[in-house]
Amino acid sequence: MGLQAYLTLAAVVFCLGLFGTVTRRNTVGILLGIELMLNAVNINLVAFSRFRGDDSGMVLTLFAICITVAEVALGLAIVILLFRSRRTVSADHIDWLKG
Amino acid sequence: MTLEVVAFWAFAIVLVGAGLAVVLGKNLFHAVLWLALALVATAGVYLTLDAEFIAAVQVLLYAGGVVTVVVFAIVVTERLVGEKLSQTNRHITAGATVAVALLALLLRAIAQAQVTAAPPAPAGDLTRRLGTLLLTRYVLPFELLAVLLLVGLLGASYFARPEE
Repeated sequence: MGLQAYLTLAAVVFCLGLFGTVTRRNTVGILLGIELMLNAVNINLVAFSRFRGDDSGMVLTLFAICITVAEVALGLAIVILLFRSRRTVSADHIDWLKG
Repeated sequence: MTLEVVAFWAFAIVLVGAGLAVVLGKNLFHAVLWLALALVATAGVYLTLDAEFIAAVQVLLYAGGVVTVVVFAIVVTERLVGEKLSQTNRHITAGATVAVALLALLLRAIAQAQVTAAPPAPAGDLTRRLGTLLLTRYVLPFELLAVLLLVGLLGASYFARPEE
């Protein structure tokens, strides 16, 4: 397959994740959308790395995957913390900054 | 069609289908399971790119770790609240407009881009080369990543500590 096939696939998955991130009400659902977007970016990194014959992109993918794991753990800890204070996971109800 | 092309299309269809289920499904728990399928399909895409080590890391860390943590969080929070696992979307029209517009922009850029047609031949053992790179050229980011994981671990356990 050509590089453009991989880039197109990654673009479709990224836009799916973007759609999920902006439309989901549940904060865990929003996190799932962010996961999809990060995944799409990793596909791009690996594809460019393979087609350019440069392994640095794959190293960057490894870093991105590890950082994503830390991000998910902290994000879910924040979600659990929000529950304790507000008893909800709906992003619509987390509006303390609204004037 | 060669095996590689068939494999790419199979993984791509599974990935996009599972991604649709993740963002459109009503049941949050099912959405997480669809995300696990999407992540495994991504590992398959990496395999078609001859990146077997990345595919293994993807399955172990993402499909194993992330999905387990998300399922754990859902179980904890839903028990606290006692609501159903259903979830809804809002502003679907606006969200779809933004996503489709971005997709059109990206596809236009991809179609116009000058890209190499075929990848160079695989040059030996990828895992060995990645290991060498990680411990020579990228050793500082590698060690910083270890610190970041430690900080993330401590921070997450501090946030989620039992209430006093």
